[in-house]
Amino acid sequence: MSASTSTILNLPDQTTATMPKRNYLNNEHGLLSWLFTGDHKRIAILYLISITFFFFVGGAFAGLIRLELLTPQPDLMASDTYNKMFSMHGIVMVFLFLVPSVPATLGNFLIPIMLGTRDLAFPKINLLSWYLYLAGGTFTLAALIFGGVDTGWTFTTPLSTHYLNTNVITAATAIFIAGFSSIFTGLNFIVTIHRMRAPGMTWFRMPLFVWAHYAASVLMVLGTPVLAITIVLVALERTIGIGVFDPTKGGDPLLFQHLFWFYSHPAVYIMILPGMGVISEVVSTFSRKRVFGYTAVAFSSVAIALFGFFVWAHHMFIMGVSNYSALVFSLLTMLVAVPSAIKIFNWAFTLQKGSITFETPMLYAFAFFGLFTIGGMTGVFLGALGMDIHLTETYFIVAHFHYVMVGGMLMAFMAGIHFWWPKMTGRMYPESFSKLSAVTSFIGFNLTFMPQFILGYLGMPRRYHAYPAEYQVLNVLSTAGATVLGVGFLLPLLYLTWSLKYGAIAGNNPWQATGLEWQIQSPPLTENFTEIPIVDHEAYDYEWLAHKTEQEVTTVG
Amino acid sequence: MDNTAVATHIHEEHAHVSLPQHRHHFETEEQQREAGTFGMWLFLLTEIMFFGGLFFAYLLYRNWYYDAFVAASNQLSIKLGSINTVFLIASGFFMALGVWAAEVRKRGLLVIFLILTTVLGFAFLGIKYVEYSEKFEKHHVPGAHFDISEFVNPPIDAKTGKAEQKPLPPDMAAKTQVFFSLYFAMTGMHAVHMIIGIVLLFWLTWRAYYGDFSSGYVAPIENFGLYWHFVDIVWLFLFPLLYLINRHPLS
Repeated sequence: MSASTSTILNLPDQTTATMPKRNYLNNEHGLLSWLFTGDHKRIAILYLISITFFFFVGGAFAGLIRLELLTPQPDLMASDTYNKMFSMHGIVMVFLFLVPSVPATLGNFLIPIMLGTRDLAFPKINLLSWYLYLAGGTFTLAALIFGGVDTGWTFTTPLSTHYLNTNVITAATAIFIAGFSSIFTGLNFIVTIHRMRAPGMTWFRMPLFVWAHYAASVLMVLGTPVLAITIVLVALERTIGIGVFDPTKGGDPLLFQHLFWFYSHPAVYIMILPGMGVISEVVSTFSRKRVFGYTAVAFSSVAIALFGFFVWAHHMFIMGVSNYSALVFSLLTMLVAVPSAIKIFNWAFTLQKGSITFETPMLYAFAFFGLFTIGGMTGVFLGALGMDIHLTETYFIVAHFHYVMVGGMLMAFMAGIHFWWPKMTGRMYPESFSKLSAVTSFIGFNLTFMPQFILGYLGMPRRYHAYPAEYQVLNVLSTAGATVLGVGFLLPLLYLTWSLKYGAIAGNNPWQATGLEWQIQSPPLTENFTEIPIVDHEAYDYEWLAHKTEQEVTTVG
Repeated sequence: MDNTAVATHIHEEHAHVSLPQHRHHFETEEQQREAGTFGMWLFLLTEIMFFGGLFFAYLLYRNWYYDAFVAASNQLSIKLGSINTVFLIASGFFMALGVWAAEVRKRGLLVIFLILTTVLGFAFLGIKYVEYSEKFEKHHVPGAHFDISEFVNPPIDAKTGKAEQKPLPPDMAAKTQVFFSLYFAMTGMHAVHMIIGIVLLFWLTWRAYYGDFSSGYVAPIENFGLYWHFVDIVWLFLFPLLYLINRHPLS
């Protein structure tokens, strides 16, 4: 498609374009001004750098896993090593990438600006959360360097407490600490949203991005402490031998499962809800329409957060929970699909009769629609009791949650990074390369995980490094897809870095979007607004944007 | 203000003398104080969820291993537990007085109340140490050295010549280990919170001594007070659940 006819991209005249002289990036200089910053935007950048690092660490493990599975025989690594590979892949990706991905980077950067305030409520706690994240990451790397951990990311007892001689305690400490980083992020968001909104910014004028983060923050604040105490109990059981989960002493391993999934299922929504917030912004901007059913989308976020707390036992259908509780949890699992579907349908209606353009964020958003829908629908399969018995602990599960987490959250993350890149850095990414990477990762993703649905349905169990020869064709396809997917994720790393210096200057509002963040200079001032705005219009009000006068001062210098 | 939303909202910046602790990103001191308190309550909510996991485990196993829980519960000293409860309530009382002293800007009183709070916190931990060490002596600490003999063959009371409590069959007696696991996990987590609180108290006392909270800025004292009361309240649930409930069903 030719960019000139179908684009809404509105860059300033390149002969006269300049970066604002004063902004949060050049306000202070030196490494220490970053390490001791209280600025939510700088902390977001710190987070972005660190989660990118851990994403590629986790990605490297994924690559090694796929490489081992290229052949039916265990030829690349020993079975123990393979166990460590998928455990570290899970731990790094879940706790160090997916949970903080959108909230700690984009959320941190944007929520105060979207609410029309100068910073999050607690800047020091925000910085503390980044240091806790780093400490968690360091412990994870320590666990890795001292020989890895092979419990899987689920720390299943009594395997983790009695039968393994790997670095369970180190990894558990890592997750405990990283958990507090997540609690503090969520706490900061909730207080900011409640107490720091600009005059006129009512609850139902907030962008849906903020609503989604609000719901996710509630989950972080209420769910994560339960994981913390569970991990403490695992550690106590492993070190001094208390008997809470140990059946030989009268404890019950099933209790561990209940406590663990009480967090770890809501954690799935911690991971996906902020991504859904990104999609709401992107879809509205590139269809030039208010999000259809704003209130429904806002409340569906809250509904997901609420229902999300009552479905955890669907991870335990084959673990010997009672039939009745399985039945109830199966029903509740079906229910949680409803608000997700509300979102998908409302986004679809937003597109209807919109003036749609296909910039990179929109391409990623479309990838999200397709992939998340498949991921969500297969989740309903798995929520059905009979199907679950057949499919659970097979590659069907692996494919399902990768469709939700990678196909959903990661695509949304990429959409968001591209969408707000001009705001964060003041420069555009190269459009053609980024479109290529969006398409590449979409194709690569499907090639990787679609065969895994089939493999799982045919009965290939997860977490094994060897498999019968008849599964090889599908596994080769999957590994080939992973390679393509890897290229799709490596490309943005290169061209986004390139664009920091050579990208076109973006100007304040290259997308002609309505959010408050687009009405200020790019990159923003340290204090975001020269004067706190008064909000007198709804979110996604394109009429307001069209009539907005050019009088206000949006750039200093 | 029709079309110019991002425009001029001028608030009276210097209408009053602002505190040095007022942070620039808050519009008003009132907003800062409210945000701080709200944040503290949210943090306490996470703490409730943290302890909630333990309370849930207690509830479950108490129902499963009722006899073992009763017998093991009899091992705890009501006397020491009650003294500790009194210490904690008194400590919380002095903390509340400390908040009051900060609000009326009495530096000396604030320091004294904070020190009393700290001392009573230490007293609690001291008694907890006595209780714990008794468990070690009796081999009632879960792990490799756990000993159930006292529950299978209860010691004979010298005066009456009868067993002090009903003997348990060995398989049920083994479940006392679950009780003591939870006892140590719950009171241990509580003690960890006490220790964190005492460390914070040192810091607050230091700052109070240098007059940080004597000019109307009392948020840290108030919010720490909330934390300290929360730790008290956790104990007020632990004490009846571990020490008191159905203590002597034989009598």
